[in-house]
Amino acid sequence: MRKQIEGSRAVAETVALCRPQVICAYPITPQTHIVEALGEMAGSRNLQPCEFINVESEFAALSVAIGASAAGARAYTATASQGLLYMAEAVYNASGLGLPIVMTIGNRAIGAPINIWNDHSDSMALRDAGWIQLYAETNQEAADQHIQAFRLAEELSCPVMVCMDGFILTHAYEPVDIPVQQQVDDWLPAFDPRQVLDPAEPISIGAMVGPEAFLEVRYLAHHKQVRALERIPQLSEDFRKSFGRDSGGLLRSYRVENAETIVVALGSVNGTIQEVVDEMRVHGHSIGSLSITCFRPFPREALRAALAGARRVVVIEKSLAVGSGGILSADVQMALAGRGTRLYTVIAGLGGRAVTRTSLQRCFEQAIADRLELLTFLDLDTRLIIRHLERERLRRRSGPVAENLLHDIDLIAAQIG
Amino acid sequence: MASQPIKFFQTGTFTIGNRLLPEAARSIQSDPLRANSLNCGHRACQGCGEALGARYAIDAAIRAAQGKLIVANATGCLEVFSTPYPESSWQIPWMHSLFGNAAAVATGIAAAMKVKGRTDVRVVAQGGDGGTADIGLACLSGMFERADDVLFICYDNEAYMNTGVQRSSATPPAARTATTPATGGQRGARFGQGKNLPLIAMAHHISYVATASVGDLRDLEAKVEKAIGMGGARYIHVHVPCPLGWGSAPHDTIKVARAAMESGLFPIMEAEHGEVIGRRLIRKKLPVEEYLKLQKRFAHLFSPVRDAAAIAAIQAIADGNIRKFGLMEEHQQ
Amino acid sequence: MAAFLEGKFAQAFPSFGSERMGAPVASYCRIDDKPIRSREPVIQPDVIIIQDPTLLHDVRTLEGLAPNGYMLLNSSRRLEQVRTWSQHANIPPSHFCTIPATEIARHHLNRPLPNSSLLGGLAALTSLVQLESIKAALRSKFAGNIGDRNAAAAAEAFTLVRENTGWEGNQS
Repeated sequence: MRKQIEGSRAVAETVALCRPQVICAYPITPQTHIVEALGEMAGSRNLQPCEFINVESEFAALSVAIGASAAGARAYTATASQGLLYMAEAVYNASGLGLPIVMTIGNRAIGAPINIWNDHSDSMALRDAGWIQLYAETNQEAADQHIQAFRLAEELSCPVMVCMDGFILTHAYEPVDIPVQQQVDDWLPAFDPRQVLDPAEPISIGAMVGPEAFLEVRYLAHHKQVRALERIPQLSEDFRKSFGRDSGGLLRSYRVENAETIVVALGSVNGTIQEVVDEMRVHGHSIGSLSITCFRPFPREALRAALAGARRVVVIEKSLAVGSGGILSADVQMALAGRGTRLYTVIAGLGGRAVTRTSLQRCFEQAIADRLELLTFLDLDTRLIIRHLERERLRRRSGPVAENLLHDIDLIAAQIG
Repeated sequence: MASQPIKFFQTGTFTIGNRLLPEAARSIQSDPLRANSLNCGHRACQGCGEALGARYAIDAAIRAAQGKLIVANATGCLEVFSTPYPESSWQIPWMHSLFGNAAAVATGIAAAMKVKGRTDVRVVAQGGDGGTADIGLACLSGMFERADDVLFICYDNEAYMNTGVQRSSATPPAARTATTPATGGQRGARFGQGKNLPLIAMAHHISYVATASVGDLRDLEAKVEKAIGMGGARYIHVHVPCPLGWGSAPHDTIKVARAAMESGLFPIMEAEHGEVIGRRLIRKKLPVEEYLKLQKRFAHLFSPVRDAAAIAAIQAIADGNIRKFGLMEEHQQ
Repeated sequence: MAAFLEGKFAQAFPSFGSERMGAPVASYCRIDDKPIRSREPVIQPDVIIIQDPTLLHDVRTLEGLAPNGYMLLNSSRRLEQVRTWSQHANIPPSHFCTIPATEIARHHLNRPLPNSSLLGGLAALTSLVQLESIKAALRSKFAGNIGDRNAAAAAEAFTLVRENTGWEGNQS
């Protein structure tokens, strides 16, 4: 049923339709509304049989999910930011053991400085942890990707993260079509584990593996993700046939036909980018955009094909590899290997900085004129940077950076006012 | 492509259970269908208290659960020596996830069993003192507080033995470890207030808390059987000497464990819902010296000069335990 | 939600913060006839609803308001006393209105929650959405009696605004 609904609520209702048997909840902004809603459903028997467990940390949340999944239950949890890092050890463990847990990430920045707003630093920090990572462009897609995630995870015996932009999606009310139970039941078979802790057939899970087989275990994890590259588009197509809409898949292009410039990004910022593409097309610019909906496994071949006609590619990144540059753009670069396509990396939206159409358009125009820096920080306030660098030059004990900058912002605002 | 054969000495030799050999060439040790929960052929040191304690505890648990048992294991000696890939010494469904999360993994397993209606299956989590009192404490406390249907068994050998005998919060005062040396003016682990996990467990008012020792295996078995028959969160803390880490003779493991009980240094008791309901009485009280002298980790207390003050301080700890838990008959009035 | 009920596309999101009770907050809403893709905050609003008159002391409150935009202010003060603000905001007087939304809410809900009254006022001032849609949305958000009382608050505010602005039916 189509509803005007908060993103978190839409995801919670959809997850509930997937009949999770064990849900682990620990609060962290901006993911909290999802588990709150699931807790309410589990408590009111709309979601039964299900064990809803309030744990004492994110590390415990994923650990409980690991135990539940290994014992043959469909397990779900959600987290964000510091929470994802706090459970990092268990994140690797879940994928290393091949447990098909589904976890929502309400993408949020990582501190310090502490910041509750959206960027992709959290899920990017764990991009190589062996989980499949899907990125939602809209709340509709976020909801739909969860249904696909459970099926994909259980088919491959591999955990899946569904990443949705914190606040921008989790807290936005917009129309979402929530399927009915029968539709989901028809599409998502019951969990049939490849390995299960069962007294009738005792097995050991999690043994120590030495150098004689570790490489092979890791290779098989990689092989699983390579297979996912084939399965994800098939599942998306299958989903379209049953539910009547396009959701998920590896990537989605927008007006890339004959586009000389193609913008590549993850997540909700693609909507804003598409508005800018339309505007610039009106003014005769040859520009299109491409939303990567599956970041791990990285769809290198599909991306290479989709970017075949482009002379230049602009990657909008909501994360920063400090000391290096872009993270997504490094993968895009590999997909473009040997092509000579010009690649611009634009770091944007860190810590919730609004990514505006005006700034994007200015940035794309500069790229088209090939006047954009190869690594650009969108809307960087250089006055603050200069002031701080000067302070460091003048004084050894220049003090904490973040607090200094906040003080400077007030000063600058006062001067303007 | 040419390949360079690499010899993995650990797995290719006959000394470790030889389960990588063709089936016909394997020894009886490799037969997974033998009777014990923890098959011999595992790689624990000679005289390992933890291996003994775990075998008795899990055997008792299997009996009490009529074979329907699942175990979650923290990282540590027990995990490493019992499951070198591709061998396992466990006759039960067994899982190792991480160092600090055994209690939470067990919670997940118990939740899965509950949701599937498998109320007949019992769940045990186990780990060493590091995985219980230090890195695993948060998950353990969470499991207690939620009263999840899990029995957690801690095998306490009083240091990080798996990584080469470093101090843990369960290391007793004056004990020498790799990180609390007894050289150059240092005198082993410092005297502090300690971290009494059984009392911490009791403070959660969980249904059952007990201490036990490999010095009294029947008592250990009885407590495990009792705990398996109860619901909610339960905790058993088992004292297990480590010949390697303690510097005791492998054949003295039981003797050392008994000396700890009989001196009062390791009180044996049980509690329900936060209240002590029973204790194992000391028959013939031993001075702590009798316990300390068996272990090289306390050798600096006796040589080159006798450290009377430290020994007296340890004796005071033992006497305090005896008083607090009423371990001597005359305290039972 | 009311616009959604009328078959339009709507997007609403807060300006996300970690504010505690009583702090100034902002949230945004877009209504369109086609799907809404942009995720940037609303920078040039057509309508501003101000829930607390003390916020008017911050000039940034009115920043970006479109020249022909609308402004609805929660205040029990008489219109003349705050009319200067409409001049400041550079909008036609008929696009500006104050309503005692908190008092209306107290009357209907026994709690100082002006939101539903302000929504009724919004419908009256701008005709962007119908009062009936607002009432239906409130009833679907709040079950039973509470939904009805919120709907009543919205209706009272609607009537009040129509009277205050001398609305005659065909005005835009």
